[in-house]
Amino acid sequence: MDQLLQHLVNGLVLGGTYALLGIGLTLIFGLMNVVNFAHGEFYTLGAYAAFAALALAGLPFFAAIGAAIVVGMAGGAVVERVLLRPLAGESIDTTMLVMIGLWIAMQNAELLGWGGVAQSIPHPFPTAPWTLGPLGIAPLRVFVFATALALIGASHLLIQKTRLGTAMRATFQDRDTAALMGVRIGRIHAVTFAFGSALAAAAGALLGPIFLVYPSMGDLASLKAFCVVILGGLGNIVGATLGGLILGVAEELGAGYVSSGYRDAVGFVIIILVLLLRPSGLFARAERIG
Amino acid sequence: MRRLGLGALALLLLTAPVWLASPYHLHVLIMAGIFAILALSLNLLLGYTGQLSLGHAAFFGIGAYTSALLALKAGWSFWPALGAAAALSGAAGWGIGRLALKLRGAYFVLVTISFAGVISLVSVNWMELTNGPLGLPGVPPPDLGPWALRTKGAYYYLVLAAAALAYGVCHRLVHSRIGRAFLALRENEPLAESVGVDVTHYLVLAAVVSAALAGVAGSLYAHYTRFVSPEVFLFSYTVTMVIMVVAGGKGTLAGPVVGALLFTVLPEALREAVSWQWQMLAYGVLLLALLFFLPRGIVPAVARAMRPARTVGVRSRSAPGARGEPE
Repeated sequence: MDQLLQHLVNGLVLGGTYALLGIGLTLIFGLMNVVNFAHGEFYTLGAYAAFAALALAGLPFFAAIGAAIVVGMAGGAVVERVLLRPLAGESIDTTMLVMIGLWIAMQNAELLGWGGVAQSIPHPFPTAPWTLGPLGIAPLRVFVFATALALIGASHLLIQKTRLGTAMRATFQDRDTAALMGVRIGRIHAVTFAFGSALAAAAGALLGPIFLVYPSMGDLASLKAFCVVILGGLGNIVGATLGGLILGVAEELGAGYVSSGYRDAVGFVIIILVLLLRPSGLFARAERIG
Repeated sequence: MRRLGLGALALLLLTAPVWLASPYHLHVLIMAGIFAILALSLNLLLGYTGQLSLGHAAFFGIGAYTSALLALKAGWSFWPALGAAAALSGAAGWGIGRLALKLRGAYFVLVTISFAGVISLVSVNWMELTNGPLGLPGVPPPDLGPWALRTKGAYYYLVLAAAALAYGVCHRLVHSRIGRAFLALRENEPLAESVGVDVTHYLVLAAVVSAALAGVAGSLYAHYTRFVSPEVFLFSYTVTMVIMVVAGGKGTLAGPVVGALLFTVLPEALREAVSWQWQMLAYGVLLLALLFFLPRGIVPAVARAMRPARTVGVRSRSAPGARGEPE
């Protein structure tokens, strides 16, 4: 029982960052109809940006995470401007192949720049876990979970309460009508891609100190993000949040009770099962944003 | 003219072991042949039905492991092992085709990636069967009657024959009723369905043939390198296949072959100058550049450049983009 609780706690912490990854992807996928296989590379970018800010520029830990988010946002904006905007109107297959090309290019650029050796991001939290009865949790993980939840909350507010968010929701529901109502679709796409990439970078900067930072870390992150999107339903932020938590807990339970070697298979199996049994996601009444 | 060119090409390929002095160059050609089979196989799905499989390395790996395990643990000789590799990969393709038949585009891609991910994890974790990350060394070379095909020259002819056979299979398939059904599906699925094309049947068929061909390539690879490890499932194999097909020209028969030759020979030629990481970076950038500047690939571009006179007459009849990409 204690063990189960411990797995649940660990899974929720992991799931928070999966949710961040998934929200970014579900917005890009749902709103822009771009299958962003490079999403995990922004996660990697965020992790390396945090590492560089800390180790090379000497910024404090919290500023480094902020810097990673800014770098992710800027990277996303550049990619949208250079690669996606010229392809507006092309088929979804073409942009998907373009994002696959970007994925390979970014990953190997990082490999060339940083080398294949895994780096660890130093953090200021004590390593001794806080204990509550039989449960133990590292303070770093608490910080990561709290930050992830705060970012998710902020995203939700942005989408639901601001003018920009209203325009995004309108674009998702019906692009042409939104454009007729004066929404500048091009700008909404730019903002969406930059915002989604910033969230992925935030996830990378947050998980970087817990795990290690290495060039191919984005591969699994991409697939987990897709898993979350598929669980939650396209463009569904609440669904993506719940999907992230479900994936985190399922992985932790799978690793704990089935086999740790198959931890990463959990996401794959979920993708296959959900797509076969309930392709619109677990929480979808209709595809929607918000 | 065209026949003369093909004859010269055939002669060139058939005599390659004679005029290629270095065994290393022959090795590059053998790998090009194996990749040509893989690219042809991926092209059946991507080029002709418009469905991208990003899990193609799984079929390749299943073929390699099946063949290697049957040869090592059950003492099978190469030929039945090759057949079994094709059959098991084809069965996996059938499974994926049946399961994913309702899914299109991105969702099909995700199912194929996930399938490859699971299979790859199995190959790492099922120690008793696959020897895990250490792999299976000592896969025996194929034999043909009394001769063991140990030399590179002999293996070259084996791979050449297999590649020619794969090309022949694709050619027959594409130029038959079935091939026309594939194209109809790619161009306009609801319309194809409305005139009686059985979507499920043809998608599954394409997946089975494609997977079986990849399995053949896997078996050839296993008996050539004599070693199989979970690396056969590496995503970079799938990426290489995609680049070969897109660069050569998806939806053309010659495209994947040209792409396979180009992207096996070129990296080897550049190996001295640039490291492997630069090469992968270049692949990514090249894929982007191709999609922007040469979206239909090399073969269609060359074909168009070579007969400008005829296209003028044809243009009035065929609508622009009628033979273009999916969607």
